[in-house]
Amino acid sequence: MLCDQCKERDAVLNLTQIVENEVTQLHLCEKCAAERGIETTVSMPKHPLGDFLQAVQQQAAQMPGDAARCSYCGTSLRDFRASGRLGCAQCYGAFEQSLRDLLRRVHGAAKHVGRQYDVPNPQLLERDVQLGELRNRLQDAIQSEAFETAATLRDQIRTLE
Amino acid sequence: MTLDLSLLPDGGVPWLAASGEHADIVLSSRIRFARNVAGYAFTARARDGERLRVLSQVRDALPSVPSLAQAIVLRLDEMSVIERQLLHERHLVSKELAALDAGTEARSGAAVLVSQDAGVMINEEDHLRLQAFRSGFDLSGAFAAASRLDRELGAELPYAFHPEFGFLTSCPTNTGTGLRASVLIHLPGLVLTQEIGKVLQGLQQMGLTYRGLYGEGSEVIGNFFQISNQTTMGRAEEELTEHLARVVRRVIEQEEEARRVLLRDAGYIIEDKLWRAYGTLRHARSLPADEAMNLLSGVRLAVGLQLLSGLSVYTLNKLLIFSQTAHLSHDAGRMLTESEANLARARHIRQVLADEAGRAA
Repeated sequence: MLCDQCKERDAVLNLTQIVENEVTQLHLCEKCAAERGIETTVSMPKHPLGDFLQAVQQQAAQMPGDAARCSYCGTSLRDFRASGRLGCAQCYGAFEQSLRDLLRRVHGAAKHVGRQYDVPNPQLLERDVQLGELRNRLQDAIQSEAFETAATLRDQIRTLE
Repeated sequence: MTLDLSLLPDGGVPWLAASGEHADIVLSSRIRFARNVAGYAFTARARDGERLRVLSQVRDALPSVPSLAQAIVLRLDEMSVIERQLLHERHLVSKELAALDAGTEARSGAAVLVSQDAGVMINEEDHLRLQAFRSGFDLSGAFAAASRLDRELGAELPYAFHPEFGFLTSCPTNTGTGLRASVLIHLPGLVLTQEIGKVLQGLQQMGLTYRGLYGEGSEVIGNFFQISNQTTMGRAEEELTEHLARVVRRVIEQEEEARRVLLRDAGYIIEDKLWRAYGTLRHARSLPADEAMNLLSGVRLAVGLQLLSGLSVYTLNKLLIFSQTAHLSHDAGRMLTESEANLARARHIRQVLADEAGRAA
C-alpha cells in the first residue's frame, strides 16, 4: 500500500485518528510519519504530539475486536488487516461481522446469490477435519519432542483412518 | 523433473488457435473459479504436509473427474525456474504459483493440472484455481467448461462453502462466486486514436477492471489488455459473465470503429508504420521483449486491417508467447542473459516469419 500523504513510498504505519467521534485511518510511510512527529520505531517519544498520537494508536490496537483470533488457524483480525488474507474457512465465522462490512464495501453486497453447494459426504468431511487437526498436533508434538503425546495422537489418527 | 512439453495437449495453449469469434481482436476468453478444500488452512497458512495432502486429494479424485481424465500433473516444486517461467508465459500458472520473484522458491505442493479443455492450479493463493480457456471471444464456451469442471471436482472434494458468503477464499475480493471472467483483448486502434483512456474509465464505472497481458500487477504492453469482472459477490456466475460479455462486445465495436477512423484519416501513415513494424521483425538482429511485443502488436493490426496478407493470426499468437525469454532459454537449454535472449528472439521471429512468407508465396 502506498503512503496516503506522499503517494510515493510504501506505507509502513497505520494511523487511527479519532476527531469528534469520527474515526479516520491514515497509512503513512516512514518519512511522512516522521514529518507528523510519529515515531515508527519503538523508542521514547520526543514530541508531545507524537506522544498523544501514539497513545491513541495503542488504544486503537487494544480495541476488543482487533485481537480476536480464529481458533482454528490462529489468524487474528489484526493479521488479516495487515495482509488482506484470511487464514482458513473458519476465519469467516470468527470475523463474521467485520467481514460483512468489508464485503459490502468491496462488492456492494455481502450475500452470495450464485450457485449453492452441498458438500459431498458430510460425515467424511468431519472426519477429515478431525484428522487434519490431529495430524497438525502430531507434527507439533514431534517437533517439541513430546513423544508420548505423539504416540497417543498417532493411535487416534490410526483409529480414525 | 524435466518438463516434457510434448506431453502438454496442444502445448497447453489450444486457445492460441485464433479460431473463435473476433479472434483478430480477442486472443482468448478465460473463466476461473477460486476454490478451497474444506478441512485445511488456506495455502499461505497451511503447513507443508497440508498442502501436499491437498495435492494428493486432488490426484486421488482425478479418475472420477471426466474434465480432467486426460490431465497431466506438473509439480512446480520440482521444476527449474526456466520451466516454471515457461508455464507462466503460457498463462498456465500465475506468477505467484511459479514463484518468479527473485529469491523465492515454489512452495511445496505447488502444481498445475493441464488437460485439453481446462486446468487447475493447486496451492496457489487458494487451494484450487479451476480455469478454462477458449480461443477468441467465447466467454460462454469457457464458462461451460469451467462450470463442468467445478461441478465434477466439487462432487469429489469438499469445497469450503458458507450459505451466506458462498465459496470461501483467502482474499475477500474473491469470496462468493470465486469467479473471474476475463478476455485478453488487443486494442491498438483505441490506443492510437487516444480513445483508450475513456474506454478504460468506462470499464471501471461498470464494475470491471483491466490489467496487462499477464494479469495482476503486470503492465500493459503491446496494446494487450485483460478485462475482467471486479466483484464476485451479490450476482450470480452467469450474470457476472454475461455482463462482461456485453461490455466487451461494445469495446470490440469501439475498436473496430477506431480502426475505420485510422484508415480513413491517416491511411498512409498507418500503413507505413505497420509495414515498418513488419520490416523490423523480418530483419532485426536483436529484439528486446518490449519492442518485439509492440512490433507484433503493429503487425497484428496490419493483418486485422487486411493491409498484410499471407500471415495468420495463429502465427502471431504463437510468436507472442513462444518468443518470450523462458521459451528461448528452454530451447537453448540454459537461462539466457538479456542480450542473448534479444538475439535469440530476433532469430526466432525472423525464422517463423520467413517460413510463413515462404508458404504464402
